[in-house]
Amino acid sequence: MHMADALLSPAVGATMWAGSMAAIGYSSRKLKENIDNRTIPLMGVLGAFIFAAMMINFTIPGTGSSGHLGGGMILAVILGPYAAFLVMASVLIVQALFFADGGLLALGCNIWNLGIYPCFLVYPLIYKPIAGDGTSNRRIAIASIVSVLIALQLGAFSVVMETLLSGKSELPFGTFVLLMQPIHLAIGLVEGFVTAGIISYVQKARPEILNASFASRPLDAGISVKNVLVVFVILAGITGGAISWFASTHPDGLEWSIEKVTGKGELAGQEQGIAPVLKGIQEKTAFLPDYNFKPGVQGESKEGKSPVWPGIEAGTSVAGIVGGGTVLGLLLLIGFGIRFFKRRTEP
Amino acid sequence: MSHHIVEFKNVSFRYPDGTDALRDISFRITHGEAVGIIGANGAGKSTLLLHMNGSLMPTSGTVNIGDLYLTRQTRQEIRRKVGIVFQNPDDQLFMPTVYEDVAFGPLNLGMDEVAVRERVEVALSRVNSLELRNKPPHHLSCGQKSAVAIASVMAVEPDILAMDEPAANLDPKSRRLLINLLKTFTHSRIIASHDLDLILDVCHRCIVIREGMVVADGPSMEILSNRALLEANNLELPLSLQRD
Amino acid sequence: MTFDKEYYNIGLLDRLSYKNTFVHRLDPRIKLIATLLYLFTVISFSKYEVVALFPFFLYPVLLMTLGEIPLLFIIKKVVLVSPFAIFVGIFNPLLDAGQISLMQGLTISAGWISFFSILVKFTLTVSTALLLVATTSFPGVCHALRQLGVPSLFVAQLLFLYRYIFVLMEETMRIVRARDTRSYGRRGTGIRIFVRLVGILFLRTVERAERIYYAMLSRGFQGDMPTLKRFRITVSDLGFAAFVIAFLFIFRFYPVSEELGRFVQGVFS
Repeated sequence: MHMADALLSPAVGATMWAGSMAAIGYSSRKLKENIDNRTIPLMGVLGAFIFAAMMINFTIPGTGSSGHLGGGMILAVILGPYAAFLVMASVLIVQALFFADGGLLALGCNIWNLGIYPCFLVYPLIYKPIAGDGTSNRRIAIASIVSVLIALQLGAFSVVMETLLSGKSELPFGTFVLLMQPIHLAIGLVEGFVTAGIISYVQKARPEILNASFASRPLDAGISVKNVLVVFVILAGITGGAISWFASTHPDGLEWSIEKVTGKGELAGQEQGIAPVLKGIQEKTAFLPDYNFKPGVQGESKEGKSPVWPGIEAGTSVAGIVGGGTVLGLLLLIGFGIRFFKRRTEP
Repeated sequence: MSHHIVEFKNVSFRYPDGTDALRDISFRITHGEAVGIIGANGAGKSTLLLHMNGSLMPTSGTVNIGDLYLTRQTRQEIRRKVGIVFQNPDDQLFMPTVYEDVAFGPLNLGMDEVAVRERVEVALSRVNSLELRNKPPHHLSCGQKSAVAIASVMAVEPDILAMDEPAANLDPKSRRLLINLLKTFTHSRIIASHDLDLILDVCHRCIVIREGMVVADGPSMEILSNRALLEANNLELPLSLQRD
Repeated sequence: MTFDKEYYNIGLLDRLSYKNTFVHRLDPRIKLIATLLYLFTVISFSKYEVVALFPFFLYPVLLMTLGEIPLLFIIKKVVLVSPFAIFVGIFNPLLDAGQISLMQGLTISAGWISFFSILVKFTLTVSTALLLVATTSFPGVCHALRQLGVPSLFVAQLLFLYRYIFVLMEETMRIVRARDTRSYGRRGTGIRIFVRLVGILFLRTVERAERIYYAMLSRGFQGDMPTLKRFRITVSDLGFAAFVIAFLFIFRFYPVSEELGRFVQGVFS
């Protein structure tokens, strides 16, 4: 699923945009260094192919519009990681602009979730080792399915993190994860099968397309394994920090999921580590969403009058509502007024 | 005057999968000639055309365009002399607007903006498509696309124009316009097609290809009225000759 | 959404983007940046703001009316893509039970407020994003990106993608129609056939890319895509930019709805 703007906070959005733009710039440069001229039209046309392929319906429930053929795993196989990443980024841009699938600000997140993970993590570290030199159909099938599954799981998990870090939604971490991951497991299975099917079909009909890609791209060429591991570590750090931040602001939600998962109680040491630092930053800048402490979900709100949150008054006082209605009315007038005048002055 | 000669000497070509597409082909086309290349499907017509500007390189034999032997080094220069219009205009019009597409060639030649604009406008005018200049290709009809594809090649002002099935997707009116247009050109024209009436109308000379080899080369009127020869090549008499 | 409808939809938006109105003629770079600033401003509102967001509807309304983009078209698209946001947002009323008092005796849970906030932000952001393409053709956006510093290699293949989306969709339609003609509603649809069709489409796509490459070679292509389009900023563009900046600033930092409401209340009391 694609991240939407309405669920995003400026901080998360800007960060992911910066990351994705940097990746696009880097990939473009690397690609330019040793590109075969025929690749440029091929990239664009394969991007169009992804759209067209998504439109062929098939009777599997749940999937259908706006998928992305397993995060572009097949693109990575044919084009190599850099080109495949650029194509995925393009596909996502067109999806956002033409189909409103994923917000424009959320593009940074979506390009990262659906482009970086499949092309730069899963392809070199999982697909290539399993698929080997591309001669065994079985290995290709296994590689495709496993890669697509993992890529989609990573992407889905990232959407959860990005939504939670943005703070517009009340969904607790645990529930969200338990909703997103299984759905994407099912989607991943289907898309994995499809990817495996396409690759084996191409292998039969025009093997030279695949052989060219397999032969010319040994595992280490282009992607340094060390770089990949560094990225992994950074991601782990961010994830860990985010989780401990949560532990400090949403004790209930996280406890619930921790209990479910480990059968134990709270995490120890919530006041140490990154959490207080992040809270401090958040208090100083209004940049991050306001994470006011809330009473627990069920029990506590019943005791006495619930506090009214600061900052909410402006939005929900009577004056505010009256004003809001007036604004809408004015807008309708303006809208129809302009339309009316345009029609009158039309030749 | 030797600039515009197209000469194939014992040219053979084998595809990577082993198919022998061209076998020992030889012919010579001089300046201003209009030559039709005809033959059954799969005879090698398209492959032949692709050799004319070095998109494909012969496995053996030589290709001469003007004073240049076709080699990897001379390819770029040869492409300025030989313009190829391919069968499917959608494959040729790959830029976002008509103008940009027709400008693609001149820009690659290194011309400056003013010169490019002139070339584009002249080329589009010759095919009566100047008013389409800002349209994206997918808003055009088949006939319009074919016309613009021709313009995009004309903009480079090649000495030799080669075309692969130019009238395939055209309605009769557009086809007639195309025929009239081709008759006004003074370049060497090489047209591969099944549309034998078009060939009869435009080309004074015909080369018949079968299984990668030249089986006939002579005046169109002679070849295109030779029923036995045509039928041996999965062809028929042109419709305009069939009523006799 | 079925295939034909989706193709029609993208085609319609594409056609709208080639109109010639005041909005369409504005510099694409300005429009792109204005859109991004607008989106950024909208999502910078805290999660409990609702009515403060209403004045922001002015921007998409202006774009729609001045740009002659049909209202129904935008609304339909917004509704179509809303499921995910609703799916996530609907948990807010369920989980956030903090009570807010609206007026005497009437309270509402804070969760509903944050939910509405999400909905309003969603409508604003999605409609404005759509209006960007609707009032600036896709190639316009791409050229703007390039002039703003995005690598030209990336933009070149983005333009190719756009150019061939319609071609490939038509080709796919032909393949799908051919299948439907002989599947008689039954076994023809299913994942096996799907894979096969996609495989065929894939091969055709690769072959097409080869033909395009030959066509490019034939016109002198040597690796760099030549570019012509350079936009120039006019007075209208600067005026528009100034308007947008003022608009965003005022409506973000001044409680306009509130003030207006007080004013109206004053008039009526």
